[in-house]
Amino acid sequence: MTALLEVDGISVSFDGFRAINNLSFSIGAAELRAVIGPNGAGKTTFMDIVTGKTRPDSGDVKFGESSKSLLRMNEAQIARAGIGRKFQRPTVFEDQSVAANLTMALKASRGPFAVLFWKPSAASAARVAELAAEVGLAEHTHRKAGELSHGQKQWLEIGMLLASAPRLLLVDEPAAGMTLAEREQTTALLVRLAQTRAVVVVEHDMDFVRRLDCKVTVLHQGSVLAEGSLDHVTRNPDVIEVYLGR
Amino acid sequence: MTRQPFILRNPSVLVVLALLAAFTLAVTLMSTAYGSGALPTSTVKVLGKTLCLALAAVAMDLVWGYLGILSLGQMAFFALGGYMIGQWLMYARTEAIVAASLSGNPIPPTVQELREAVANQIFGVVGSADLPLVWTLAHSLTAQLVLVVAVPGLLALVFGWLAFRSRVNGVYLSILTQAMTLALALWLFQNDSGFRGNNGLSGLQNIPGLDGVGQARLSVWFLWASAAALALFYVLAAWVVGGKFGSVIRAIRDDETRVRFLGYPVEGFKLAVFTLAAMITAIAGALYYPQAGIINPAELMPIASIYLAVWVAIGGRGRLYGAMIGAIVVSLLSSWFTGGRAPDLNLPGYAVKWVDWWQVALGLSFVLVTLFAPKGIAGIFDRLAGILPPRRHGRDLGPDQGALQEQEAKA
Repeated sequence: MTALLEVDGISVSFDGFRAINNLSFSIGAAELRAVIGPNGAGKTTFMDIVTGKTRPDSGDVKFGESSKSLLRMNEAQIARAGIGRKFQRPTVFEDQSVAANLTMALKASRGPFAVLFWKPSAASAARVAELAAEVGLAEHTHRKAGELSHGQKQWLEIGMLLASAPRLLLVDEPAAGMTLAEREQTTALLVRLAQTRAVVVVEHDMDFVRRLDCKVTVLHQGSVLAEGSLDHVTRNPDVIEVYLGR
Repeated sequence: MTRQPFILRNPSVLVVLALLAAFTLAVTLMSTAYGSGALPTSTVKVLGKTLCLALAAVAMDLVWGYLGILSLGQMAFFALGGYMIGQWLMYARTEAIVAASLSGNPIPPTVQELREAVANQIFGVVGSADLPLVWTLAHSLTAQLVLVVAVPGLLALVFGWLAFRSRVNGVYLSILTQAMTLALALWLFQNDSGFRGNNGLSGLQNIPGLDGVGQARLSVWFLWASAAALALFYVLAAWVVGGKFGSVIRAIRDDETRVRFLGYPVEGFKLAVFTLAAMITAIAGALYYPQAGIINPAELMPIASIYLAVWVAIGGRGRLYGAMIGAIVVSLLSSWFTGGRAPDLNLPGYAVKWVDWWQVALGLSFVLVTLFAPKGIAGIFDRLAGILPPRRHGRDLGPDQGALQEQEAKA
């Protein structure tokens, strides 16, 4: 199986602090992967590098069949290439309706002029309604996103990610602030999404990771400490020492 | 799904157009040239100029209210539009006068002689007799009309590209726009910049070829032109912000980073709106200065652009009609209070002279609006239309901030 995303020996430091240290990582086209690690292990920086927010000092990030380097692309180009990102806090456009939020995320040409002359069609309206129903917001499409509850905002953001249909989805602590029932729903959704695309979940919560039942990558001090099934890595003495032992 | 026609989706556009038409008709019927003569020509000119300022405010609202860039250099585009049309007005009129005076000579003047005489007339005041390079096209109305949109558009494009590409944001960007207009003003103040230094361009109220028409009728014609431009660009602006494009630029205003991660080229959107607004502002300026009669570099000083921002803030940013109302109300009030005709306010022990105190009152109302009514005058219409911010009271139902609260949840 060829990898969809291949991160090759990247390093980055901020003011002398090595946030990422010779990190290599790869994920297949349809795979669910959990990335865990203590605070400051470089999880968020890793996502920043893949999505183009941060440039690494060295190393390379390759994406897709043609192994195109992401390092010369900006955030918007990387997003258009098919990498979606879900932030830790729900970030939706609060001043706009749920439908407008979803419409913006729909797969369509992103250039200013294409957007200016874009008209809603029966298909786009149906897709928005379908997405809203899928994330449980069917009755709320005309409400402003800012009025939704925290959990509903999380779901709206997930709906927006579904709308743009990325090939690689990076999810930052999806379970934060969710109720038990919502966590179960989220787990099921992530597992289902990973059947057709690559999903990387960064998570603190070990119970949640156990529920995902997937390959786990443990980061520590900016590099990979261990990789394998959750049971495998939790038996690793290094992992126990740096992370689980505390 | 059938989509409602544009006007039905934006009923406010229809109201604005109807009011604008009624206003134009009323002024026409009260003008000295076409009606009862209740309004003197100077008042018609003030009203026509006010419509141009309202158009500039609509463009400012696109940039500030919708895109979120507080540009403090918008009036640079306004004045540039005025300078571009002023070049033709001044050149063509001087040419006609010079040709008339030389026609008495026994030998008719050559084209070269005529050109030199015109240059001497226009630039004698700054001690020069050559026509500067920037006046090469001044004899052609078509060329100068193209330059009215091309020069400010190009300036906005280049400035915007440099600023947005390096991701300058917020207050730094505001300072940069202010520096741009200040630099342009200081350059124009120089006698050798080719725009007659601090004398500026004058006599612009006399339209070449229309000498027999008279200012009374001309003023009404310009009012019509200003009203038509305002109507046209109001509809254009409403269309631009009404669809998905408007959705995206408001999203950029609220969370630029998130829009990038959705795959939108944020810089391209900013550049498109900034340039479009600059061109609209320039057209407003090109209609304003023939009514004002004179333009000089003082018009580009940052204070003019700051006033524009104050009008939009008081009118209500993020609502096109708000910006329009703000510009009309505040600029008319300003000219009334500073014109010396407003009666003094006699407080015990002190008489408030509005000429001195108006600036203070304006500044104070700007602060008050910003603090207590961030939606400005347009907020009143929102309230009437029932668009209210969610009323949040009671305890949170869920564990997180922002969760539904007791009174909001359905029973």
